Amino acid sequence: MEKKRIIRYGAAFISLAVLFVIILIASINTGSVHISVMEIINILLKRTGEEAAAYSIIWKIRLPRLLMAAVLGGALALSGYLMQTFFRNPIAGPYVLGISSGAKMVLAVVTIIWSGHIASMPVSLNVLTSFAGSMLCMLFVLFFAGKVKSMATLLVVGVMIGNICSAVTDFMINFANEAQIVNLTHWSLGTFSGASWPNLKVASVLILVTFILTFLTAKPMSAYQLGEDYAKSMGINIKIFRIILITLASMLSACVTAFAGPIAFVGIAVPHITKLLFGTAKPIVMIPAVTMCGSIFCMACDLIARTALAPSELSIGTVTSVIGAPIVIWLMVGRKHER
Amino acid sequence: MKDNIFLKIDGLAAGYGRKLLIEDISLELEKGQILTLIGPNGSGKSTILKTITRQLKAIDGIVTIDGSDIFRMHSKELARQMSVVLTQRIETELMTCRDVVAMGRYPYTDYFGRLSDEDNRIVESSLKRVHALELADVSFNEISDGQRQRIMLARAICQQPDVMILDEPTSYLDIRHKVILLDILRNMSHEDGITVIMSLHEIDLAGKISDMLMCVDENHTVRLGTAREIFANDTIQKLYGIEGGSYDAVTGGVELAKPCGRPDILVIGGNGSGIPVYRKLQRKGIPFYAGVLYENDIDYRVAKALAADVISQKAFMPVSKDTEEKAYEVLNRVSAVVDCGCEHGEYDRINTELLKEAVRLGKKYNDIGSIERMW
Repeated sequence: MEKKRIIRYGAAFISLAVLFVIILIASINTGSVHISVMEIINILLKRTGEEAAAYSIIWKIRLPRLLMAAVLGGALALSGYLMQTFFRNPIAGPYVLGISSGAKMVLAVVTIIWSGHIASMPVSLNVLTSFAGSMLCMLFVLFFAGKVKSMATLLVVGVMIGNICSAVTDFMINFANEAQIVNLTHWSLGTFSGASWPNLKVASVLILVTFILTFLTAKPMSAYQLGEDYAKSMGINIKIFRIILITLASMLSACVTAFAGPIAFVGIAVPHITKLLFGTAKPIVMIPAVTMCGSIFCMACDLIARTALAPSELSIGTVTSVIGAPIVIWLMVGRKHER
Repeated sequence: MKDNIFLKIDGLAAGYGRKLLIEDISLELEKGQILTLIGPNGSGKSTILKTITRQLKAIDGIVTIDGSDIFRMHSKELARQMSVVLTQRIETELMTCRDVVAMGRYPYTDYFGRLSDEDNRIVESSLKRVHALELADVSFNEISDGQRQRIMLARAICQQPDVMILDEPTSYLDIRHKVILLDILRNMSHEDGITVIMSLHEIDLAGKISDMLMCVDENHTVRLGTAREIFANDTIQKLYGIEGGSYDAVTGGVELAKPCGRPDILVIGGNGSGIPVYRKLQRKGIPFYAGVLYENDIDYRVAKALAADVISQKAFMPVSKDTEEKAYEVLNRVSAVVDCGCEHGEYDRINTELLKEAVRLGKKYNDIGSIERMW
């Protein structure tokens, strides 16, 4: 049995890695300028042809965007998995619970006060603001979650908080100048365009650190899955653990919103796909697996966003919603007769 | 003081927050003994158990396991000494029963929770202990309530505790699974020397399995004793405040309230033949006399609970004059006598004679149906 499992996990991880490379190359390959696979490999690995246009396109535009999608996608999916674990609710996630919208709202307000472009704001301020917004909404959700236990009600509360935050954001955008409006509106739908190497570096470091911290909580998390009282009886300090879990989840979601705006449904869809793929919910497997799946999912969605209606571009949120929302509905319906 | 005391509770006061619910609980248990808490809902059994497991903060008092104070123990240390089976039902995702049981190794595994060969062996033997080896690779969500409870017990065993706390482990279980579960507990405490503290709703089972019982009543007062002491007289009936109905501590049977009014029927039973008739009359709300029964007759206990009056005779004695007189007096007073069809013999000839007399008076019926038709 144990052996079978290890083989399954191994096989799943290897397939994910292969898929990652395929999508990476496919994404670099696709776009208004066609670049052959050989050329890509040469440019990436041997760094040849520095003066060619292809070199600039790959290194300055496509690669940072792709990697940003990979890093943020992983973070988003992991954040969703943490929230589902925390709330014991399969449809919890940063977008559905309104956490992303909260980050968006606070970020929009600060941007307008800063009276500049999102891109022109210092990255650290960006992330910090977004984190503040996330935590603010998280506290609201926690407050209601303590009062109502039902999964559907929690969802409604989250959607309402999300709507209120979006309304406030729209309201604030009225006070912005024209350049800001274009920029904010575009960003508030979620996009990976405009990713740059410096931003990518900051995002990668932040998310890597959070990922490692999350991985270190895998053991108590597995006990937490049996319920708080059992976890406590096994020697876990529940209060501290809950604070750690929720902070990590908010941090991940805040990073994503700060760099790419709110992106819908990845946080719900990906953990479930991953569970089906791996046949387990064990944190020690799920934490890396969900992150990998999230990366692939977002890269694929970004590819679709760029190519579906080329040359014009869809927002990433549109694509993830089309794919993710049906999964949420399926989960809601499927769970009913389990109770 | 006895020197083989393993678990000691001294002056424990429990409650929620600052609100005191129960106080002054003191007791001592030896290794491998079973203490069962009984009492009505809301009396505070769970509060006591939650305090001992540190889910609630104790208001006062100390609890020691093998001499060390559990309220001062590090939670990881306590986890190696005490494991729990709780009432709440857990919801798992993609976990086999083996996975659930293996969670019991939590206090012993390394930083990433990896199971050693030794851990796996203990998981296996815990599963065996609860007769659930064949469930090992089945999803926890697919098994029945009875099986789930056994798996949760295996998880608690797997934690290799010295003390196990169980909060109503038999709720939701059918009688077969109740018996299996308590059997496992008994063996576990005997063979592995695990001291057990639990709460049960089944008073009769509690009396059978426990070394010591703790009654907690509605006013949150606590009484300790062996099953014998607790089941003497009507402690249980008082404990649960059973009004009208009755609880028989010897048989563990519960009877509903006896019909009220002036009885006009005498039921002559014996050797178990009377019980169905008594119950039928009780359901119809017809008061009755039960007669002549030896006090060790199986009918006697039920008759005592349901009949307006029982004409009885002390066991192993010939039927006395007084009893005989009383029987004839009743026979003359009632307008119907029901013959339950018991074969009467040498020692309860009185019943045979009573029935003959009833025939003579035209009062004898063979079942209640015919009496009802008469009326």
